[in-house]
Amino acid sequence: MTTDVLIKVDNLQKYFKDGKIKALDGVSTDIHKGEVAVVIGPSGSGKSTFLRCLNLLEVPTGGTIIFDGVDITDPSCNINLHRQKMGMVFQHFNLFPHMTLLGNMTLAPMKLLGKSKDEAETKAMDLLARVGLADRADAYPSQLSGGQKQRVAIVRALCMEPEVMLFDEPTSALDPEMVGEVLDVMKELAHEGMTMVVVTHEMGFAREVGNRVLFMADGKLVEEGAPKDIFERPQSERLRDFLSKVL
Amino acid sequence: MEAWMADIKGQFILNFVEKDRWQLLVDGLGNTLKITAVACLIGICIGVIIAIVRSTWDKNRLTMRPGLGKTLLGIVNGICKVYLTVIRGTPVVVQLMIIYYIIFASSRNSLAIAMLAFGINSGAYVAEIVRGGIMSIDEGQFEAGRSLGFNYVRTMQYIIIPQVFKNVLPTLANEFIVLLKETSVAGYVAIRDLTKAGDIIRGATYSPFLPLIGVALIYLIMVMFFTWLVGKLERRLRNSDH
Repeated sequence: MTTDVLIKVDNLQKYFKDGKIKALDGVSTDIHKGEVAVVIGPSGSGKSTFLRCLNLLEVPTGGTIIFDGVDITDPSCNINLHRQKMGMVFQHFNLFPHMTLLGNMTLAPMKLLGKSKDEAETKAMDLLARVGLADRADAYPSQLSGGQKQRVAIVRALCMEPEVMLFDEPTSALDPEMVGEVLDVMKELAHEGMTMVVVTHEMGFAREVGNRVLFMADGKLVEEGAPKDIFERPQSERLRDFLSKVL
Repeated sequence: MEAWMADIKGQFILNFVEKDRWQLLVDGLGNTLKITAVACLIGICIGVIIAIVRSTWDKNRLTMRPGLGKTLLGIVNGICKVYLTVIRGTPVVVQLMIIYYIIFASSRNSLAIAMLAFGINSGAYVAEIVRGGIMSIDEGQFEAGRSLGFNYVRTMQYIIIPQVFKNVLPTLANEFIVLLKETSVAGYVAIRDLTKAGDIIRGATYSPFLPLIGVALIYLIMVMFFTWLVGKLERRLRNSDH
């Protein structure tokens, strides 16, 4: 195990309905510091389940996840502390509708990291400015477009200064013309060296920004490698079949 | 017509002015409002706690790890269900009398007992209203809170309950108005509330028309006032978002 492994996933399993459905069937991989790992695969392949297991939104049936040297699947581990270091972005944004953008972004830093209101707001305004929404700080989520909401959701997670960002199909619920603005923010984040695990159907993003592509099918990690290898020299029949349908 | 007017005027003086009988109505109204206000607070406290227990159990019993925590939550959930069934399955007057004559038989502080009894009763209805509100919040809101690092209780406190309150406010206000009217049976346990005051005047003057119509009018005006107030509050909440 090299020192720069941030998340070590070993033989991860997730069964539903008493084992009748194997959403994850023994997945093992390492997420390295600073890398962008893109997870692709057909729907129902378990890629979202995999991502949601990484911060234990889904509790795995078996296997271990070592994050920062700690086994977070151990029931005695306080998962809330570790989740503070794992930002998550959802398909449906999940902004808090009863708070302004600034409220959305300062709640967790103030309550969990003990930051003062000033400190938290300065940081939030800084991040909002970077995604071009500084002038909407006092707006409510319902007043934004989908693309704007997702950009806010990304910076809301960044306010906690996480070590890794998990993206669960961040552009799947967006109108096509808004996909670009969200991917641009993610690209910028990747260039700054943020560790990212991205579940997506955007093959262009996987090829251009990903350091490593993981192809999942039927709850298994079928193939992984550099984007170039995955897209140009697919080894397995399953991956060739998938690529022929999406490219 | 003139004779009728004179008759009403005479009755008015007899029922309300003579021997300062209006004072009975004012005191009664005070008691009614006191009971309603305190019972409403007790009801909301009981209701919110029970709603959180019930919805936590319903959402998580399939995914919770077996252990002491799950067993305890299961038992508390069972107690809550019994409470809801008993309270919603028996008339409030009977509950009031049981609490007054049996449970607190040695106490004569009837006002405090009535506040408690109506609070316990109202709590059952508030619990079901709030539980419906919690269940209607998108699961993604829980997940967003948890993914930021909030524990279950803090997620409820900062993210879920504020949204629930906004959604259930009209129904909750309706429950408050029902409660206001339900306290009219407080006379059963020797409390001079508004209804009892009207009844005392009727008994003293042998003229039922004005005291009873007067009492009814006072209730009606209060209900109309609170309905207006809630409508205003609701509009303000709606303006703030969505």
